[in-house]
Amino acid sequence: MSKQPLQSLIHARGLVKRFGDFTAVDGIDLDVAPGEAFGFLGPNGAGKSSTMRMIGCVSMPTAGELRILGMDPVRDGSRIRARLGVCPQLDNLDPDLNVRENLTTYARYFGLSRAEARRRAEELLDFVQLRDRAASQVEPLSGGMKRRLTIARALVNEPELVLLDEPTTGLDPQARHLLWERLFRLKQQGTTLVLTTHYMDEAEQLCDRLVVMDGGRIAAEGSPRSLIETYSTPEVVELRFPDEADYAGKLEGIGRVDPLPDRILLYADDGDAAVAEVHRRGLTPSSVLVRRSSLEDVFLHLTGRTLVD
Amino acid sequence: MVTTMLAVARISPSRVGAVINRNVGALRSGPSYWLVLLSGFFEPVLYLFSIGVGVGALVGDLVLPGGRTVEYAVFVAPAMLAVSAMSGALAETTFNFFFKMKYSKTFEAILATPVKPFEIAVGELAWALVRSTVYTGAFLVVMVVMGLTSPGWALAALPATLLVGLAFGAVGMAISTLMRGWQDFDMLTTGQFALFLFSGTFSPVQDYPAAFEVAVAVTPLFHAVELVRGLAIGELSWGLLGHAAYLVVMAVAGLAFAARRIQRTLCV
Repeated sequence: MSKQPLQSLIHARGLVKRFGDFTAVDGIDLDVAPGEAFGFLGPNGAGKSSTMRMIGCVSMPTAGELRILGMDPVRDGSRIRARLGVCPQLDNLDPDLNVRENLTTYARYFGLSRAEARRRAEELLDFVQLRDRAASQVEPLSGGMKRRLTIARALVNEPELVLLDEPTTGLDPQARHLLWERLFRLKQQGTTLVLTTHYMDEAEQLCDRLVVMDGGRIAAEGSPRSLIETYSTPEVVELRFPDEADYAGKLEGIGRVDPLPDRILLYADDGDAAVAEVHRRGLTPSSVLVRRSSLEDVFLHLTGRTLVD
Repeated sequence: MVTTMLAVARISPSRVGAVINRNVGALRSGPSYWLVLLSGFFEPVLYLFSIGVGVGALVGDLVLPGGRTVEYAVFVAPAMLAVSAMSGALAETTFNFFFKMKYSKTFEAILATPVKPFEIAVGELAWALVRSTVYTGAFLVVMVVMGLTSPGWALAALPATLLVGLAFGAVGMAISTLMRGWQDFDMLTTGQFALFLFSGTFSPVQDYPAAFEVAVAVTPLFHAVELVRGLAIGELSWGLLGHAAYLVVMAVAGLAFAARRIQRTLCV
């Protein structure tokens, strides 16, 4: 399950974060290897952001062991942060600076020279496709552009480890795909990515390995594929019926049945065969959808509820 | 205290410089900052003309506690100098600082980098001192041109105004870390105006009732005015060191408190 501790960029054992009486992170174990794209999947309040802030060395663990890049966040926070790139959940770009200055000014916090800051800013403006808006103020930018600028800013110190807290939440599909493509390129260049998301497709697109978090704990861990194989079936049939009658009982024996408020999920190795069996039993659903199993199904199975916030 | 001293020992000049550099960059954001900057400078200048010179014509000369007789404007001008040092620094470490800490999340973004809370506090205070010094430098020129002080005593008063800027900047920053919202600034503005009126600015504190005089002697602007006035008009005494010590304590305590609050508020 875990890699060699010495090769871990992030190493956590029994990590806990409490705010007063509230336990946000409730004893988690983690190891993230260099070059990996690692994801935290879970609903709001699962403890993803609290974990990310501890990894980012801005929030101190309440208990447990945490090593980032082999160092101790309590003692070496500043030195660790020098090698991290952080893209927070809410954009905190500087409204008093233009797009280019947001990058050059940020570079200076890492001790880069003026010339080096400018060089990297120019490079990153191209990387996130914001060259046309370099002299623009931040406020008029679209949500997707602001996100790209925040990601560019996170890369200005050429970090070994990039932390992305819900990188595409609230973006339209085009903006999301452009961002995914940029993040994928980063990953190919060997940068280690750690991201949180509550989008299944995002986790499947980007993550080599992920953990499902719920209530401050890790509910499952693995690659997207292995999680689906372990906790779900290859195919899922979504059935909708015109009335409220108890159809779940009548579906028994075909596969695992999961009744949701608006539809019934039927987990099956062979979806078409399952549908044939449904019809053979004389049931007439108003709609039938056979699809591949997804992480959403894993999540549903693990936590017993749909992933909405 | 020990942690504060450790923080001072590990402070990185380049990171403090980066925090100041951010504020220099923000100067280009538009004309609004410059308008605020300009109006902040003119306020004490207007008081100097209206009260120091205008009302001064009615008041006539004033006998200082030491026995020396001076024009009323000579008495008021150093107080306005101290006030401009105070308001220049306060403007940065209250309104601007609060906005960066609470609304634009600028400090939150900075704290994700190697920069530490104490370095933010030092950088912000240094920047406030720059603004304060621009005010006092220009004000001293006005005083010299109007014959309200000599160039030599003006130079002697300049370091004192720096100390005043540091002290008020630091305490203002400490207060800003406790502010809940903009409505709290009303109290700050009112307090600042009360200090402005009653700190021996427009009349010697010796003229106040005894109990009131004691109360004034506890407040910070009184010490700033006494220190700056003593140097600007060349009335030196050992008491000036006491006033300076009061301001040093303000600066150190304010800075340490603000840095701690930044840490407590943003690094959770």
